[in-house]
Amino acid sequence: MSDHDYRPKSKVGQWFNDRLPLLTLANHLTDYPTPKNLNYWWTFGGILTFCLITQIITGLTLAMHYIAHADMAFESVEHIMRDVNYGWLIRYIHANGASMFFLAVYIHIFRSLFYGSYKAPREIIWIIGIIIYLLMMAAAFMGYVLPWGQMSFWGATVITNLFSAIPLVGEGIVTWLWGGYSVDNPTLTRFFTLHYLIPFLILGLVVLHIWALHVPGNNNPIGIDIKKPSKDTVPFHPYIVIKDGFALLMFMIVFAFFVFYAPNILGHADNYIEANPMVTPAHIVPEWYLLPFYAILRSVPDKLLGVVAMLSAILILAVLPWLDTSKIRSAVFRPLYKQFYWILVADVLILGYMGAMPAEGLYLLIARVATAYYFLHFLVILPVLGFKEKTLPIPLSITEPVLGGSPNLAAARIKESKIE
Amino acid sequence: MNSYINYFKSKRDNNKSYFKCLKKKTKRRDFLFTATTAVGAVGAAAAVWPMVDQMNPDASVKALASTEVDVSSLKPGNTITVLWRGKPVFIRRRTKEEIDEARSVKMEDLIHPEKDEDRAKNPEWLVMLGVCTHLGCVPLNDKGDYKGWFCPCHGSHYDTSGRIRKGPAPLNMEVPKYEFVNANTIKIG
Amino acid sequence: MKNLYKLFSILIIIIVPNSYSFAAEKVEYLKTDWSFKGLFGKFDRASLQRGYQVYTEVCASCHSMKYLSYRNLAEKGGPEFSEAQVKAIAASFEVTDGPNSDGEMFTRPGKLSDKFVMPYENVKAAQAANGGAYPPDMSVLVKARGGGVDYIYSLLQGYEEAPSNVSLDDGVYYNKYMYGNKIRMSAPLSEGLVEYGDGTSATVEQMSKDVTTFLMWSAEPHLEARHQMGFKAIVYLIILTTLVYFSMKKIWSRVKSEI
Repeated sequence: MSDHDYRPKSKVGQWFNDRLPLLTLANHLTDYPTPKNLNYWWTFGGILTFCLITQIITGLTLAMHYIAHADMAFESVEHIMRDVNYGWLIRYIHANGASMFFLAVYIHIFRSLFYGSYKAPREIIWIIGIIIYLLMMAAAFMGYVLPWGQMSFWGATVITNLFSAIPLVGEGIVTWLWGGYSVDNPTLTRFFTLHYLIPFLILGLVVLHIWALHVPGNNNPIGIDIKKPSKDTVPFHPYIVIKDGFALLMFMIVFAFFVFYAPNILGHADNYIEANPMVTPAHIVPEWYLLPFYAILRSVPDKLLGVVAMLSAILILAVLPWLDTSKIRSAVFRPLYKQFYWILVADVLILGYMGAMPAEGLYLLIARVATAYYFLHFLVILPVLGFKEKTLPIPLSITEPVLGGSPNLAAARIKESKIE
Repeated sequence: MNSYINYFKSKRDNNKSYFKCLKKKTKRRDFLFTATTAVGAVGAAAAVWPMVDQMNPDASVKALASTEVDVSSLKPGNTITVLWRGKPVFIRRRTKEEIDEARSVKMEDLIHPEKDEDRAKNPEWLVMLGVCTHLGCVPLNDKGDYKGWFCPCHGSHYDTSGRIRKGPAPLNMEVPKYEFVNANTIKIG
Repeated sequence: MKNLYKLFSILIIIIVPNSYSFAAEKVEYLKTDWSFKGLFGKFDRASLQRGYQVYTEVCASCHSMKYLSYRNLAEKGGPEFSEAQVKAIAASFEVTDGPNSDGEMFTRPGKLSDKFVMPYENVKAAQAANGGAYPPDMSVLVKARGGGVDYIYSLLQGYEEAPSNVSLDDGVYYNKYMYGNKIRMSAPLSEGLVEYGDGTSATVEQMSKDVTTFLMWSAEPHLEARHQMGFKAIVYLIILTTLVYFSMKKIWSRVKSEI
């Protein structure tokens, strides 16, 4: 990379940069050579950064008015909604922002799955990403508890009770998590503390995620290694900045629609009823972004095994780079994998749908089949596919055609002209 | 062999210079980019405002405008302190001597000239915010060189009309808006 | 554009099952035109004022609205009573205040800053007075029910003779829109129960609509500001997106021409 050649023009800049090379960093970020064929699925990294910053800023301002006490939390949220200047706006951005965050992260993850971005040499980026995803779920769950409505209370009760599935020490752990014999004020205050902390942990991990990304550079839709800087790359600024900006604005239009015209559609009505330890709501359903895992949890008839299955469904992703044995990254050149990829997408959507339905009859049966398929995909199909699949010839570079009259040549050209 | 290596070298340089040329061209500015940046900046500024304004007093705080105080039990020479908008308000029923002293002071002797007649419409009653105008401490009653109030924080002396006479405070203690609802009740705010 | 289409379809796939979970046992609710729906939706002021009258004359004897203050009735985007009217409304309620200098609680006429006076001291008292059933606080009731305004509107008009196969205990009534059809509240509205000042005829349907509108406002007092700001924000975003789109085309045109 050209980082080492960089020297600020002004004397002051040189003086500063010799002591703290911030300008070198800025130069690295703006000049960072990026594959020029990145499509819009690659813009979600920037969108996610926006989501994180938005959640942190709105969260900080909400924390100035929120009271983390079982007797006052619900009332303080109503105070924010009614009396605080723009409080309703800030809270609705924060609440819907969580959903938008997950929407973006799922697209980001599935993009990686399609184009094989998790494969060598990007395993560390991927694993950091999975840790971020886990922390996001923890933050979202604890944030949902804070308004102290019925769903907050019973969601907290159900999720913390998952730990009671652990043999011998389970009950002790649950009591320790609660700080009492039920979800109550001590639980609320510690959840608030952790909810406040986690976004900053995520922020730190995001820095590592991007750092790890900038070592090998971006993957790209063709999935081949590219020379940097070269005709295959463009500088990050302004090419990628403007493209990310455009995608972000499109995303913000959707975001704004939810905030201003359907702010409660992604939430549950029961959470506008203050927490009542004596009455459980008729339907307990987690937020939409947790539904696939909720379906997996419920499809296993054993308490401990259900929890294990749910956790495995997430943790299995961490070892994905070693489960996928194919040397070819992009699904563009893997005709069979491409089909299995779309089956997996459908499978996860079906799991999500089943998570919202009552766990009985046909729903339960479908959820079980979908759960089995989910694990089958990662544990059997992917490893076998790497050895058996006949892949298509891959091009040498983004600008240069495939060797020797490949049938893929025409397709590659069409794709390229579209991208540019 | 040599020519082969040269071919790749020249190709690499070609690649690099192409990348450099992409960077250079970005320096150009035109109307479209200026307009885009300007519109974007306006939106960003508008988005910042709610985050700033949320720290201003909210609707419920603004609504707590007035407090009513029953002063029927107050004897001459006594002071009560009541809370109004989170600040102490001194209500003093002044003695004859205190009134005379407050009203006999010459304007040129005052740091912040104000007539006692303007500060206490009903001479017997002095109502003012018990907050030192220096840095906001609460002055002590019946203390100081002028028999009024004395602020222990930095040594400001106030007279029997609550006017600053000596010390670092720049202004007299503030008289809030108040009225007598009836003979026994003062409404502040 | 194709990508955008995909994004939207994914979004819809995600949302549908979620909203569907409410639909599972849903009966068809009664429909009416709500003035506050839609991009520019606003409250009908007269309806809000009538709705407050229904609340205060009928509902308030059992249901509290503890998150509302009298001042809210005069605020922009609400019923917008004049300040003098609201002062009179507030003063008509006895508010417990104190302790005074003798350490005793006392009552005084309400002020603008006071919260709505509650019909019962606490939940236990409310339950004791209503045969064990707690009449829920109505401040955010509309948002706390899956069907929202349509549900409340229908419920108020949904009292019927119980079908012969349903047996009702004492103090339990049949309502075809209630979850499980059994409700502890007797039909609260009847023809001409209140006398509207503006001459509107007080049918059960009219009162249901008015009080539901009022409850929508109480649950979402900044709805009008939200709709107005939302429209501006989205128009702004579309303009900026267009500008950025053309800037992007222009910047990326350099790359294309060089190859």
